[in-house]
Amino acid sequence: MNIIIDYGVGNLDSLKRACEEIDFPVVITNEIEVIEEASSIILPGVGAYEAAMNELNRLGLVDCIKSKAKSGTPILGICLGMQLLYEFSEENFGAIGLGLIKGQVKRIPDIVKVPHMGWNKLNFTKQESLLKYVNEGDYVYFVHSFYISSTNDELLAYSDYGVKIPAIIQSNNIYGMQFHPEKSAETGLNLLKAFKEMCLYDSISSN
Amino acid sequence: MLARRIIPCLDVRNGRVVKGKQFSSIQDVDSPTKLGKYYSDNGADELVFYDITASNEERDISLKFVSEVAKELRIPFSVGGGVRSIDDFTKLLRNGADKVSINSAAILNPNLIKEASDRFGSQCVVLSIDAKLNKDGNYKVCINGGRKETEWEAIDWAKKGVELGAGEIVLNSIDEDGMKRGFDIRLLQKITNAINVPVIASGGAGKVEHFYDAIEYANVDGVLAASVFHFGEIKISELKDYLNEKNIPVRL
Repeated sequence: MNIIIDYGVGNLDSLKRACEEIDFPVVITNEIEVIEEASSIILPGVGAYEAAMNELNRLGLVDCIKSKAKSGTPILGICLGMQLLYEFSEENFGAIGLGLIKGQVKRIPDIVKVPHMGWNKLNFTKQESLLKYVNEGDYVYFVHSFYISSTNDELLAYSDYGVKIPAIIQSNNIYGMQFHPEKSAETGLNLLKAFKEMCLYDSISSN
Repeated sequence: MLARRIIPCLDVRNGRVVKGKQFSSIQDVDSPTKLGKYYSDNGADELVFYDITASNEERDISLKFVSEVAKELRIPFSVGGGVRSIDDFTKLLRNGADKVSINSAAILNPNLIKEASDRFGSQCVVLSIDAKLNKDGNYKVCINGGRKETEWEAIDWAKKGVELGAGEIVLNSIDEDGMKRGFDIRLLQKITNAINVPVIASGGAGKVEHFYDAIEYANVDGVLAASVFHFGEIKISELKDYLNEKNIPVRL
């Protein structure tokens, strides 16, 4: 079963509808028993980093997500969800993340308008399967005030906002999109479609 | 580079999209669901839904329309009109809004901006400002659908709103609303120079050149219009082609 984790943030219906539009059936849940059995996990998110981590902790999901990550289950973090995949955020007075990927989350410097809100172009740094249905220069929709301040090998695409904004990352079975694919028209659906195919591939190869 | 946003606005009353001039003389246009889907599929970068009925007893009915429109969209959705409380924010966000805009209620209770941005993040708190040039040559903020002038200067109120946590300003010129003479560039310049969050120009679009002027000369992040889009006088795709030729970054 493909899961969207519901931990009380934002509007998950539009994400669910976008998944269904590409024939990727998903269930919205926060039940640990269901998530433990998930074949793929989407971790959405808007709002504050620490509050989100507190809620995941309260629901007992932090260890569950970590062990699913370790066992190879595809996990896609969207927006704040992508930031949670990293180790630490300086938001508010600092908060510990899931730590599935090395790196930190910082506030976008005030030399540009914050939040970074609107449609920005994808620039590719790699050619990976996740990008197979989109083109360099396609626009996606961002709304965020914090960003991954430095990336390593996991960076697949970034957007130029005066500051380099990591947009799509992948580290083995861990995926992240800083923008909202469910709000990014055709391009967003194409990225979700590629993620869906990666999930199918991963489940075949891990069996 | 961020694309400049083209944003159609649905003013919805009793479940129908309507359009007026200088905030009155209103005529019926179409169903919000149908128009919303059309815009989402045809190049709009965002959709704004203003509930202009917004009396208490009708608000739940409006929520139903918000939710129906949200289902049709693959682009961001901003909703406003009569928002007075954190509870209103919660209801709209649960029914599919990505952003909520507040106007009169924020003037009466500025702390609502702070509470909402602390709770939901400033990215979903839009401060909508209705400004009118008074006889002394100052832009004053009006509330209650433009009917009541307040003590606030538009520029001071915009700054205050951002300080309290508003993540975006939509600036409506009451004088230019529906007049099709172009956006109020002078007003917009004052605001974009004063604050560091996105500013959306609203009120006055009549032809493609007006959109260019607002972006080029007032440096706005987005331009909002209603009737020129609803009545097919300007097609979003043609507008974007025009802006693209003039080297304005747009999502084609």
